[in-house]
Amino acid sequence: MYRKKFLKYPRSWVHTFAGLLCGVALLLCGCEPRLTNVERGNASRELYYGIGTEPAGLDPHLITGLVEMSVTTALFEGLVTLDGETSMIEPGVAQSWKVSDDGTTYTFSFDPEARWSSGDPVTPDDFLYAFERILSPRLGAPYSKMLYVMKNAEAFNKGELGDFSQVGAHAPDASTLVIELEQPTAYFLELLTHCTWWPVHPPTIEKHGGMTARISDWTKPGNFIGNGPFTLERWRINSAIFAKKNPQYRDPDSVWLNGVHFLPIQVDAEERAFRAGHLHLTSTVLPHRIEWFRQNMPERMRFDPALGVYFYVINTKRKPLDDPRVRKALAYSINREAITDHVLKAGQEPAYNLTPPGTGGSYHARARIPYDPELARQLLAEAGYPNGEGFPSFDILYNTSEAHRSIAVTIQQMWRKELGIDVRLFNQEWKVYLTTRQARDFDIARAGWFGDYNDPNTFLDLNKSDNGNNHSNWNNPKYDALIEQAARERDPEQRFEIFQKAEALLLEDMPVIPIYFYVTSRLIHPSVQGWYRNILEYHPYQDIRLVP
Amino acid sequence: MLSHIARRLLQAIPTLWLIATLTFVLLHLAPGGPFDSEKSLSPEARANLEAHYGLDLPLHQQYFVYLKNIIRGDLGPCYTFTGWSVDEIIAQSFPVSLELGALSLLIALGFGIPLGITAALRHGKPTETALMGVAMVGICLPTFVLGPILLLVFSSGLGWFNPLGWSVPGDRVLPSLTLGLFYGAYIARLTRSGMLDTLQNDYIRTARAKGLREGLVVLRHGLRNALYPVVAYLGPAVAGLISGSFIVETIFFIPGLGMFFVNSAFNRDYTLVMGTVLFYAVLIIFFNLLVDLVQMWMNPRTRHD
Repeated sequence: MYRKKFLKYPRSWVHTFAGLLCGVALLLCGCEPRLTNVERGNASRELYYGIGTEPAGLDPHLITGLVEMSVTTALFEGLVTLDGETSMIEPGVAQSWKVSDDGTTYTFSFDPEARWSSGDPVTPDDFLYAFERILSPRLGAPYSKMLYVMKNAEAFNKGELGDFSQVGAHAPDASTLVIELEQPTAYFLELLTHCTWWPVHPPTIEKHGGMTARISDWTKPGNFIGNGPFTLERWRINSAIFAKKNPQYRDPDSVWLNGVHFLPIQVDAEERAFRAGHLHLTSTVLPHRIEWFRQNMPERMRFDPALGVYFYVINTKRKPLDDPRVRKALAYSINREAITDHVLKAGQEPAYNLTPPGTGGSYHARARIPYDPELARQLLAEAGYPNGEGFPSFDILYNTSEAHRSIAVTIQQMWRKELGIDVRLFNQEWKVYLTTRQARDFDIARAGWFGDYNDPNTFLDLNKSDNGNNHSNWNNPKYDALIEQAARERDPEQRFEIFQKAEALLLEDMPVIPIYFYVTSRLIHPSVQGWYRNILEYHPYQDIRLVP
Repeated sequence: MLSHIARRLLQAIPTLWLIATLTFVLLHLAPGGPFDSEKSLSPEARANLEAHYGLDLPLHQQYFVYLKNIIRGDLGPCYTFTGWSVDEIIAQSFPVSLELGALSLLIALGFGIPLGITAALRHGKPTETALMGVAMVGICLPTFVLGPILLLVFSSGLGWFNPLGWSVPGDRVLPSLTLGLFYGAYIARLTRSGMLDTLQNDYIRTARAKGLREGLVVLRHGLRNALYPVVAYLGPAVAGLISGSFIVETIFFIPGLGMFFVNSAFNRDYTLVMGTVLFYAVLIIFFNLLVDLVQMWMNPRTRHD
């Protein structure tokens, strides 16, 4: 009796509660017709761009990564820019420039229309301020060495020179900037498109902590002043950055978009966002999803060659890897096509040399690592290990990641099969791996390098004995001399010839084993027009149109 | 009561100091630093950077500077995200985590308690077995499985909700369910066993003998004591809901604090790690104190102590 009477109570309670919950849920999801971001953006001329991760900052003098570059490209403009389609140098803040006969002095004439988003004109003094800022030791700019081609810039940055007026940049009048270089530099104009050479608005910097303050609010919305085609409108950390069309831009008619939304959606969730119409573009396609997209929506997947190479660094001080024959045997027995076709599958190119093909416009290395297991076995035998007998076991070090592991496992099998040698795999968390590699406490380590500018020098300089990123302990004075000679050479063809020699020498000694050239993969909505194939991953937002 | 609160707050000070010190030591023991990257910095640039953030000082000095700043409420500049201070990041992200946590808690309690009561009253019947079976599944399903299942059904399948984001009210539903159902399942089990224990007591029999309505007996006399273990569990549960939302935040792209908490350790972002760890420590201490107070209030024997 008691029980029966009572049982009605909780049951109705549960029913009421369930009904209420469903009602609330329906109310929440049903009260507005939901447009997708893509539909909304196509109507309002706003691009929704998934960038994969929150940018580490928007101060062009302090950032280092491609994600940060992809946002700041919308917000700033340097003396010159690149054409998105042809990668040719185009006027930016400077409408024209002259080069002295000896190739060391560049004179830039400013575009009178170049203005900050506040309406102030962009002046040569603003550039001088920017150069002094990024080179000031106190700021601790991580990439200040990009300016070292400028006369005395290195000495000023290292604190050996206290007077900025001795650095090779000055403004003879209000619309001219002269930059003197240490020596002729063939890729100087390319360098100027890098964020380290961009101007900053001096009054804004001064108002928010001064020239050398890293901890500053100047890049926050409301404070931000830039000179790019867009200007910072909103920024909520880990949520969204919105850059709105800048009406003060020097050529506002060239900008079709009204704004760009940068969404730092993690790569795992990006694809879902794209398929639900929340993004026009994603930062990448996850390797295990490539096959699905290839079969179901191939037209929405884009692979572009990138200016980057994936390679193994060999510690040339450790036995038996100190023998070039051993290093060559290891390099010759890797079937790179098997790796790119069956492990990576995103259209990566096998790397038979270090410098990506087409770097600097037309550089294609003639030296080539053969895939020749027979020759590899012969070399190993010459080094004293016929059929791998007596070969000591060693480690492949990589930072923890499924992709790196797959490659290492494949190479481990290739070496076992072709050379009869055993290697162990050894993974470490990212920062631990970087420390181990920096301390040269490894046998073979995985590495990757993306060019800072479009010239073979950015790859070949890496193996110079004094380069801080040369982790192989390899030191060849002949190689160093070639790289220095190339830096002085003014004739472009001659210069590339010197690089050819250097690259051949590198492959003869083999301190690094190139494996593949990177590609950028991304999903792109068919409405996006003007996103051109581009080795530098440089996509000016001025070019983009949204055509539903 | 007041002296109890004062005592607990005083106890919190050495606890927080210990947490701050341990975090500081462990962080500096871990290999790698905030400025290591694929492209290593030149020695000059690194020295400049370390000088800028005071990392060139001897470790014990860094420690004292850090403690002094904490006491002033300044958690320092973030190393990874230049231009942001740790205080700003917490101020922007924590309200989101708090909202997610609060909604999840409501769902957990809203599901857990009624289910637990129903199961207890249907003790030994198939209903109980079924409900506790469902609860067991809820406990066993990790958020990274439940989240995608909910998305598959309600977003891709039925199209009721956005697949990710945190802008419209509807965006709250799936993440809160993902996070809340696990705790709801646990609370259902706790409520059930609490209720079963309580309903055996003499005072329940007395209440019934007085002729009180069964609903009143169960909800007023029974539930208060049955909820005792649930309230005790809420302290760690709330902390877990608010700090453990990293996976849910990642799946649903929610701009909460969990993401910073986890990633800062990978980035060796010293100030952000220490800031978020201390912040969560304060929260956990606060919620445990709150739970203690609620328990004291619920139990007439301790209420008047």
